[in-house]
Amino acid sequence: MKRTIIPFGPQHPVLPEPIHLTLTVEDEIITEAVPALGFVHRGLEQLADLRDFRQMVQVVERVCGICSMMHAMCYAQGIEGLMEVEVPPRAKYLRVIWSELHRMHSHLLWLGLFADSFGFESLFMQFWRIREKILNIQEATTGNRIIVSVNVIGGVRKDLSPDQIRWMLSELIEVEQMIMNLGPTLFDDYTVKKRTVDKGILSGEKAMELGTAGPTLRGSGVSQDMRTLGYAALNELDFTPVTEKNGDCWSRCKVRFLETLQSIDLVRQAIARIPNGEINTKVKGRPDGEIIARVEQPRGEVFYYIKANGKKNLDRLRIRTPTFANIPALLTMLPGMWLSDVPVVVLSIDPCISCTER
Amino acid sequence: MFKMTPNILKNFITEKATRLYPYEVKEPYDINRGELVNEIEKCNFCGICAAKCPSQCITVNKKTATWECALFVCVYCGVCVETCPQKCLHQKQTYRKPVREKEIIFMQGEVKAKDTPDGSESS
Repeated sequence: MKRTIIPFGPQHPVLPEPIHLTLTVEDEIITEAVPALGFVHRGLEQLADLRDFRQMVQVVERVCGICSMMHAMCYAQGIEGLMEVEVPPRAKYLRVIWSELHRMHSHLLWLGLFADSFGFESLFMQFWRIREKILNIQEATTGNRIIVSVNVIGGVRKDLSPDQIRWMLSELIEVEQMIMNLGPTLFDDYTVKKRTVDKGILSGEKAMELGTAGPTLRGSGVSQDMRTLGYAALNELDFTPVTEKNGDCWSRCKVRFLETLQSIDLVRQAIARIPNGEINTKVKGRPDGEIIARVEQPRGEVFYYIKANGKKNLDRLRIRTPTFANIPALLTMLPGMWLSDVPVVVLSIDPCISCTER
Repeated sequence: MFKMTPNILKNFITEKATRLYPYEVKEPYDINRGELVNEIEKCNFCGICAAKCPSQCITVNKKTATWECALFVCVYCGVCVETCPQKCLHQKQTYRKPVREKEIIFMQGEVKAKDTPDGSESS
């Protein structure tokens, strides 16, 4: 059969961000996929040379819009580890609450985009309608919809009032109900199953071998979640990572759907156990030494390497994001797929290209 | 096959999720981080806001008593508002309207003698 090369992206209706795949196709079946990255590289790691270590909290937040809270939290935890700062317990719980809200809105955004990738536009709108409620909670409690900017070295900048907590809990009941209503459509619908079941299969062994992270890995049956490390206040909350066995697009979708509900539960647990007290500690001095920090983002494990030398600017800041870890898995999923299934498979890893290219 | 139908029917009786912006504008929350405002008469041009700003959008000159902010460089993080010792920086609840050209806010304060009391409200 004659081979044809088809470019996929960087501008493609299904892609919210630019990634280019050169697809080699034989009779509409993919035989090879080669990625090209670098369309949104901004050099944010290099800014560590120009901004001091406190200003970098606001810079790393802008690595990714969707999971800005986790980036700032991971960086702050790293610097706090270097400077041996003890974060107040209330701040730890507040970090969990806002990070789980971020996970919820990111997964709801993805569930909508995923529905859109196989042409189910009304489902896309329903999920984004629910997401709006989470964004309202974030806006009312932090002052901004997405880039919440609540983290500082030593704690958080904003606190939750009892009224806000009560309102948040009542909104979450509604959000949970709305999400549950969409469950049957996503998992039992004939069309959705036809487009997602047995597409882009990735076995657990292969996923581990390729260094896959997050829901892409958990969708293949591997129970690996950085939240089990117990950072912030997560060691005091009860949860088990959500896993699915099949390793196809449907499984990855189910993992994210169930994680959204799990995040609601974690927020409720955190609210039930949140102690009173200070929300940040005064941090004096400058960091010295090197450290790694890991946090579970909506897309998987984000990894920060921080090297400081006792000056106000860091020596080196290295960020490894989950999408970077998931691209090799995507390239092994694509061969053997129909060309029409490429959008669904590409979106199933939840690619965040701005994160990857920093 | 008809899993979505109950949701679609419910949507007929629930309130609209969208609004006709700009005719209908959402009520801002109290803590929204919107437009940055400087009460120049309270400002002592210490330059802490300029030093702390992660996007380096603020320029302060103590000698000439000027305060400048590049609005399209500002990321509205609110760090300057929190660190201002005079509490003269504020953020409005609403955002600025779109403009055709990038603006820079330029504010000229009063050049004060060294011993002039400025009535600061230190916290």
